[in-house]
Amino acid sequence: MTAAATHHYTTTGLDNRKIAIWAFIGSECMLFTSLISTYMIYKGRSVVGPFPHRPWTDPTTGQTLPPILDIPVTSASTFVLLMSSLFMVLALAAVQNKNLPKHTRGDRILGSSKLWLWATALAGATFLGFQAYEFTSFVHEGLTIKTNLFGSTFFTLTGFHGAHVTAGVLWLVTLLAIDYRRGLTPRDAMNVDLAALYWHFVDVIWIVIFTLIYLLQ
Amino acid sequence: MDTHSTSHLSDSAEAHAHAPHAEEHKHPTWSTYWKVALILFFITVGEVWAYYIPSFVASRAFVPSLLTMSAAKFIIVVMFYMHLKYDHRLFRVLFTGPLLIAGLTLISLLFLFGHLIIKL
Repeated sequence: MTAAATHHYTTTGLDNRKIAIWAFIGSECMLFTSLISTYMIYKGRSVVGPFPHRPWTDPTTGQTLPPILDIPVTSASTFVLLMSSLFMVLALAAVQNKNLPKHTRGDRILGSSKLWLWATALAGATFLGFQAYEFTSFVHEGLTIKTNLFGSTFFTLTGFHGAHVTAGVLWLVTLLAIDYRRGLTPRDAMNVDLAALYWHFVDVIWIVIFTLIYLLQ
Repeated sequence: MDTHSTSHLSDSAEAHAHAPHAEEHKHPTWSTYWKVALILFFITVGEVWAYYIPSFVASRAFVPSLLTMSAAKFIIVVMFYMHLKYDHRLFRVLFTGPLLIAGLTLISLLFLFGHLIIKL
């Protein structure tokens, strides 16, 4: 196979896979903006509780209950997702530098693509665990996708994001499988770079969601 | 950990690995990635801290400061972790183009539904 065929160069001199992933990320920006817009438009317009930032009265018991969003838990999951982005860039750097001699223990740790891919996948899975916990507790507290406008827009937006994180974790697992089977080399750096771009995009979307939904009252 | 040797390792390897590719430039070193993570962590701590100060939440500065911190994190991740600062400008166009359209759509919808009001 020729070098050009291997690297999928275009007339711009750019790799077509990288152009494709950036175009895909651009389109995903629009998808998430439509979901965020819907949430923002309906924000504060729910007629019945639970509400995200203010106390509400349960009509069946007459009991006043606190706001439903759990900021400490979500802050922890946000921290985990931010750290996963660090692990991802370290995984990419490890693959790019695979052929270089590792002189120190630090070099060997930083140069282990398996370690950083595992760390990223586990951080992603942990984030999903936090989301599953949050969704379950919301349902137990009486908030479902059908309860009110907040429930509908919240579950749709965060559910879509969670689905993207799940796809990212599966992508990372396939990279790990390749790494265990034949080892990722600098020739595979572009494949890891594409996964990394997707993963960071999922992270930046969460940065926006965390501020607009959880922190802004 | 030998930071100097790892940084040197990163620089030389990336320069070697990326030389033939037109779109790829020198990426940041490992130490830059750690520093960026630390900055992201502190901004997130700042955001959550602001949320728990009732007087600040009630003030006019709350929303702009949270949006600024969020935008800063967004830009830092895109520039340093997604390498948009270092990569070909076509990638910047592919990302910022739809992002601008999306942002304008969001702002327009907020105006349309009365969430943003300009007092004349």
